[in-house]
Amino acid sequence: MEKPQGSGDAYWRATLGLLTTVLIIWFVVSFGFGIILQPMLDSIMLGGYPLGFWFAQQGSIYIFVALIFYYAHRMGQIDREHDVHED
Amino acid sequence: MDLKTLTYIVVGATFALYLGIAFWARAGSTGEFYVAGGGIHPIANGMATGADWMSAASFISMAGLIAYNGYGASLFLMGWTGGYVLLAMLLAPYLRKFGKFTVPEFIGDRFYSNGARIVAVVCLILASITYVIGQMKGVGVAFSRFLEVDYDTGLYIGMALVFFYATLGGMKGITYTQIAQYVVLIFAYTIPAIFISMNLTGNPLPQLGLGSTMADGSGMTLLAKLNLVVTELGFKEYTTQTIAGRLDMFVYTMSLMIGTAGLPHVIVRFFTVPKVKDARSSAGWALVFIAILYTTAPAVGAMARLNLHATIQTGEVGSAEGNLSYEARPQWFKNWEKTGLLQFEDKNGDGRIQYYNDKNPEMVKKAESFGWKGNEMVKVDRDIIVLANPEIANLPHWVIALVAAGGLAAALSTAAGLLLAISSAISHDLLKGVFMPSISEKSELRAGRIAMAGAIVVAGYLGLNPPGFAAGTVAIAFGLAGASIFPALMLGIFYKRMNKEGAIAGMIAGISVTMLYVFQHKGILFIKGTEFLGDMGPNWFLGIQPNAFGAIGALVNFGVAIMVAKMTAEPPQYIQDMVESIRTPRGAGGATH
Repeated sequence: MEKPQGSGDAYWRATLGLLTTVLIIWFVVSFGFGIILQPMLDSIMLGGYPLGFWFAQQGSIYIFVALIFYYAHRMGQIDREHDVHED
Repeated sequence: MDLKTLTYIVVGATFALYLGIAFWARAGSTGEFYVAGGGIHPIANGMATGADWMSAASFISMAGLIAYNGYGASLFLMGWTGGYVLLAMLLAPYLRKFGKFTVPEFIGDRFYSNGARIVAVVCLILASITYVIGQMKGVGVAFSRFLEVDYDTGLYIGMALVFFYATLGGMKGITYTQIAQYVVLIFAYTIPAIFISMNLTGNPLPQLGLGSTMADGSGMTLLAKLNLVVTELGFKEYTTQTIAGRLDMFVYTMSLMIGTAGLPHVIVRFFTVPKVKDARSSAGWALVFIAILYTTAPAVGAMARLNLHATIQTGEVGSAEGNLSYEARPQWFKNWEKTGLLQFEDKNGDGRIQYYNDKNPEMVKKAESFGWKGNEMVKVDRDIIVLANPEIANLPHWVIALVAAGGLAAALSTAAGLLLAISSAISHDLLKGVFMPSISEKSELRAGRIAMAGAIVVAGYLGLNPPGFAAGTVAIAFGLAGASIFPALMLGIFYKRMNKEGAIAGMIAGISVTMLYVFQHKGILFIKGTEFLGDMGPNWFLGIQPNAFGAIGALVNFGVAIMVAKMTAEPPQYIQDMVESIRTPRGAGGATH
């Protein structure tokens, strides 16, 4: 196990920043739109779907997938910026 | 060709495929046995994770839950997918960097304590065993329905098959077999859904069909039509009904998410990829493959419910000719009546079938004026929704045979993954880690295979004699994993100050609170009559179901762990350095022990 580079603290701050952003979106689309705000959003229609229902049974899942790939991509950039990426 | 012969051929062909793969992918080292040598491509690993994750419950039961709980069942959809976001960001890359074989091994090393490792092994074995019983039951049921052999014989065939490829190939054999099983199960699930969506809405994509206008010329959307059909029969409105209120739904969803992220047979999958980078993207691929089934399931559930009511309520509710005559019932109805999972009782003696909600006082009044004397579909088992779907939609026999093979693939792949997690906890964590550290690699590999064989025998025995608590499987498995393993791992990575005392106290507190809540409502060890608070809504804490309590247990775990850690000595410097090291990707080698 080798020690991290000198920029360890900045790297970890950048990681936690990205993590917070992703977790906020994760929470808002599922617990927010899919559960808490569902009664309100259902008055809006997305095609034949009431919007709150769509978030709960379809939309949140699509957004979860997108979030993981966005996270993986951004982490790759952060790794390189702080020179801690794998060779 | 008749259905039975065709089913034998399709199921037989898939089994031959699994065995061939197992023989080709034999494990030669402990590294290959535990983590497939750490060389699985992230997309392939994602696909295997999908099969590992999607059990008999996802394949067979989930659409039925959705059909009868409508919007309320969204908690299963979000809960069992949202956990992958947590896994991808909070655990997978760091555990991959740590580069060991098992989850208890991380906990033991990070908290510099064999005690913590043993607590983690106990949690892991309890969660996995309760989970695997359900899979074994699924194997037995799928065999007995489709191949018309009895339940026990079906179970023996399933055990023999898993025994062969899991002991021979370990993680390597299991991974490649699971990829094949994923392909079988996803075709089996989506092909009937595409046909049915096409029939009802003219849109072949079930995900879009569910949000489309009906093709019957009524101009209504499918969901509006479904709401109308079910409310006319006195059931709750499909798109707004909940299972036990919104707060319960919130907590239940959270429990399933952290439970997903804490289940060891899922976590260990991310030890099998070559790099930290791959662990991140592999979680994304796993969710893509899972999402294909999980976004199809709501369409399958809603459309099956609509088809079922349309078959029985052929005309206007309350009109003399509006209900299907029992004599004219379709063939699939007769087939499922034979299994006892569908039961009809002609309560008002009119020879027609009335299917409505006779628990709804308003509907009862209306029904009386129609001359109805109670709901006559006395049993409609939810599990038949997926299995009967192709028959209800009049699909060709090969589709029905494929569904049988898909159900078996789902149950076998999950069982194999769980059994590997159990056997590696015994051979690697208990034997090599705690009791016989000097054991050679060759002996450890042999011990791993013996532990696997033992685990299969125990799981098979419990499948033949399901204990009373089989119904509580989900509560235990997710509750335990979510309340114990997830917080311990997360604190181990994100809170450098977390020490051995805090982690052990937190795990024990989290499990205890969850178990106590489950036991007080469901009976001690699920024995009926020993529950000291009733299994009813009014006694639930804030109206939260026992199944949903894992999230509260996790909160307790976090709270206790942090408090105890603050009051005790900080972890030694070399542990703090180790935490620094797992936080950065550079230098991740192959998994070692």
